[in-house]
Amino acid sequence: MTPRQRLCLFAVAAAGLAACYLWAFAGLPGFGSYPGPYGPAIMSRVIAQTNATGAVSAINFEYRGFDTVGEEFILFTAAAGMSVVLRRLRGEHEEGAREGQSSAPGAAASRQVPATSSSVRVVSLLLVGPTAVIGWWLATHAQANPSGGFQGGVILATAFFLIYLSGEFLAFRRLSPVALLDVAEAVGAGGFVAVGVTALGMSLPYLYNYLPLGTIPGAVSSSGTIALISFLVGIEVAAAFVLIIGELLDQSLLRREGSS
Amino acid sequence: MQVFPFLVVAWIVIVGLYGVITSRDLIHQIVCLIVVQSSTYVLLLGVGYVTGGVAPYLFDISPHAKAVDPVVQALALTDVVVEAAVTALLLSLAIQAHKRFGTLDPHELVELRG
Repeated sequence: MTPRQRLCLFAVAAAGLAACYLWAFAGLPGFGSYPGPYGPAIMSRVIAQTNATGAVSAINFEYRGFDTVGEEFILFTAAAGMSVVLRRLRGEHEEGAREGQSSAPGAAASRQVPATSSSVRVVSLLLVGPTAVIGWWLATHAQANPSGGFQGGVILATAFFLIYLSGEFLAFRRLSPVALLDVAEAVGAGGFVAVGVTALGMSLPYLYNYLPLGTIPGAVSSSGTIALISFLVGIEVAAAFVLIIGELLDQSLLRREGSS
Repeated sequence: MQVFPFLVVAWIVIVGLYGVITSRDLIHQIVCLIVVQSSTYVLLLGVGYVTGGVAPYLFDISPHAKAVDPVVQALALTDVVVEAAVTALLLSLAIQAHKRFGTLDPHELVELRG
């Protein structure tokens, strides 16, 4: 199929899709007048039931917690899948690099990665501390404000990438050994499930909020399992992202060694 | 303009699909797929928006105040996580494709090799 035929086929399909979309949107409630029953129902009960002021986190980690287990394992599976997809490649790479070295030892000089500029180094190293604190804060305040384990975990992982960005790849690897990341990821993902199973052991429904809810709505100690699960998710997400980006960074380093 | 946000959704989907169809580079194609997916954020947040509603955080508002729907916002969060996972996997597959075939052009990746 030539690109032109493909484009013609796409034009027909896109027109059909657009028509279906418009037909579907005609049946939606108008923008700004959503009559959904669940939002208001949760908003009016969330403080009484969970002592969490952040309704979105309460939905994610409590009302819809079962769904969030699956969501967390999507990320877990993606990190595992990436390790599998890229691991076999790495062996091929290293072989290629070794062959290249033996045949052309003089090429090693041209493989030098340009040095990171000192302004990038200083700014990224300065940002490591604040980024880690913000990530930690977000992961532990899901019950109070628009934060939670997913957001906090990603920002916590960013602190590690800043170390890499500052040119300290070896420090990045030393601070995030894959064995430790694997354990952290397993603890985060397994902990979520364990919280749910513990509720079963207490003859309560799966993921029932069995911890004390605290007295002040939105306080760090409030909302029972919401805060705990959010923290566990934060660990899982941070570990998964450092693993994922670490795999990609390893690839780019090997690429540089092997290809040029 | 009761339907304007939804028209934007349809536009983003079709523009993204056009990019996927015509792309000559796997990385570009993955970015186009992210564009398609980003339409779902607009759709979810557009569906859940309530005119004059505040953010669903109960620090300083009454539980019965008019607020935007927190359920679709939680769904948008799921959406972001799925997108990150899909993108990571696709990028690693693109790396492998480049390593095996020496090209990222999908038109040249036609033959299967074991």
